[in-house]
Amino acid sequence: MIVGEQKPLEEILSLLGNARRVLVAGCGTCVTVCFAGGEKEAAILASALRMKSQLEGRPMEVDEVTVQRQCEWEYIDPLAERLKDYNVVLSLACGIGVQAMNERFPDVITLPGLNTTFLGLPEEHGVWVERCQACGDCILGVTFGICPIARCSKQLLNGPCGGSQNGVCEVNPDIPCAWQLIWERAIKFGQVERLLEVQPPKNWSRSRDGGPRKIVREDLRLPESE
Amino acid sequence: MSNQTNGYKSGSNLEKLLRAGHFVVTAEIGPPQSADPEVIRRKARLLKGVVDAANITDNQTAIVRMSSIASAVLALQEGVEPIVQMTCRDRNRLAMQSDLLGAYALGARNLLCLTGDHQSFGNHPTAKNVHDLDSIQFIRMVRDMRDEGRFQCGDEIKGVRPAFFIGAAENPFADPFDFRPYRLAKKIAAGVDFIQTQIILDIPRFREFMKRVVDMGLHEKVYILAGIGPLKSAGAARYMRDKVPGMRVREEYVERMEAAVAGIPKEDKKARKEAWEREGIRIAIEQIQEIREIPGVAGVHIMAIEWEEAVRPIVEGAGLLPRPVVE
Ligand code: SF4
Ligand code: SF4
Repeated sequence: MIVGEQKPLEEILSLLGNARRVLVAGCGTCVTVCFAGGEKEAAILASALRMKSQLEGRPMEVDEVTVQRQCEWEYIDPLAERLKDYNVVLSLACGIGVQAMNERFPDVITLPGLNTTFLGLPEEHGVWVERCQACGDCILGVTFGICPIARCSKQLLNGPCGGSQNGVCEVNPDIPCAWQLIWERAIKFGQVERLLEVQPPKNWSRSRDGGPRKIVREDLRLPESE
Repeated sequence: MSNQTNGYKSGSNLEKLLRAGHFVVTAEIGPPQSADPEVIRRKARLLKGVVDAANITDNQTAIVRMSSIASAVLALQEGVEPIVQMTCRDRNRLAMQSDLLGAYALGARNLLCLTGDHQSFGNHPTAKNVHDLDSIQFIRMVRDMRDEGRFQCGDEIKGVRPAFFIGAAENPFADPFDFRPYRLAKKIAAGVDFIQTQIILDIPRFREFMKRVVDMGLHEKVYILAGIGPLKSAGAARYMRDKVPGMRVREEYVERMEAAVAGIPKEDKKARKEAWEREGIRIAIEQIQEIREIPGVAGVHIMAIEWEEAVRPIVEGAGLLPRPVVE
């Protein structure tokens, strides 16, 4: 899932500037699951904004709404009528949701209330960790199911750097060294020799380095309407 | 077009000495955090005639310093053969290859291919890192430029090829320990010619590493230079023990450095410094003598960081002066 965290209130207020009527828009999918931008967080933030703006002597009218998925037209289209009443939407969706809103409703500005942080999972209650960088050419099949692109601080493809010690990464003892984990999995499956082949340079053109990416599936496209 | 190297890969002094079977000595020159060429010249003069080649570090510990290639040219002008260090952290494959062509054109013949310390350790922790290649892919690229006359993309190098003597680092003390000899084997498969190890402050562990290396026959395919890091103070020993990732320091070194200043009052900074430096140099000399006897070790790499003055007494004390000359 996409994991995000709310921006500090101060930053949100400064982004909102002199907006009078604000709609806080939560999203019911990833950011709900990571407790950053769902219905509950939208309500809490909306009331915080009302209070804070009141205290600062420039009261804002703040309402809230939550849609199932801000990243799909069919879920946001029903908002069209309602948006006419607002100067600004403060989206608590990921960056994709924020852009979807701006794209679909070009006459109203949608601002981000979250920092979209990574693609990951909840490791335990209250702890989320990164697992994928969407590199466009998945190599989990040769790294025993552990991603060195997302989980090795230097994205190494041929084994650990010289800073790996006691299972943790040189960058921070809170980061497990991805290559220690890969090595352990290789031993577990008795396939250490698979790590001894020199992996060639990665084709980063399939990653973001190739420019913004797009997938077109002709088999799924609907026929052009006449 | 192939280059005139008389059967050598690069024809560097370092390569010739190793091929002739000499026990080689390298050291390190850290470029300044300024544009002052005199810093390199002064450090180079301290090492001239004392070492066979000197590493020129590349934004070491992710702190911006004078370019290693520019510094290497200054060292060359002072009569010290440089080993240009280059990391994967700051350059993509285009910049790397272009800099390699330039470094060779300016007279550099030795190259050390490194991953690079993470930028979070340095003075620009908010920088974007590159890591387009890792150090093993980097070695392969440099080897193909030299031996196949091809750029990484496969295009032919029309004209002079950059023919470097290719080095890499290896840390026998990092984890997973069992992976380390295999990683060395990968570097050899990628085309490395020599290895400089991390600073050794745990000789038994190094001995164990070298035993595995020799058992795998790797020492016959690559020259291994053992890393020596003279300790400057008890605090430095403790710092390396506690703070440097991938480092192992045996207690005996910390204790010896602490004992070196026993009886000298804390206020007498000068006497303490001298006592520490004497002991640090003494330990380094003893280590070289011990490490020399370990099968598979072809030389030493002395990392006297910001303490280039220590290199001569260490090399001299270890009985390694004068340095041999080969034609
Ligand atoms: S290899 Fe690429 S696609 Fe696969 S998990 Fe890692 S970043 Fe994601
Ligand atoms: S310590 Fe491990 S995870 Fe960290 S950069 Fe090195 S190899 Fe990658």
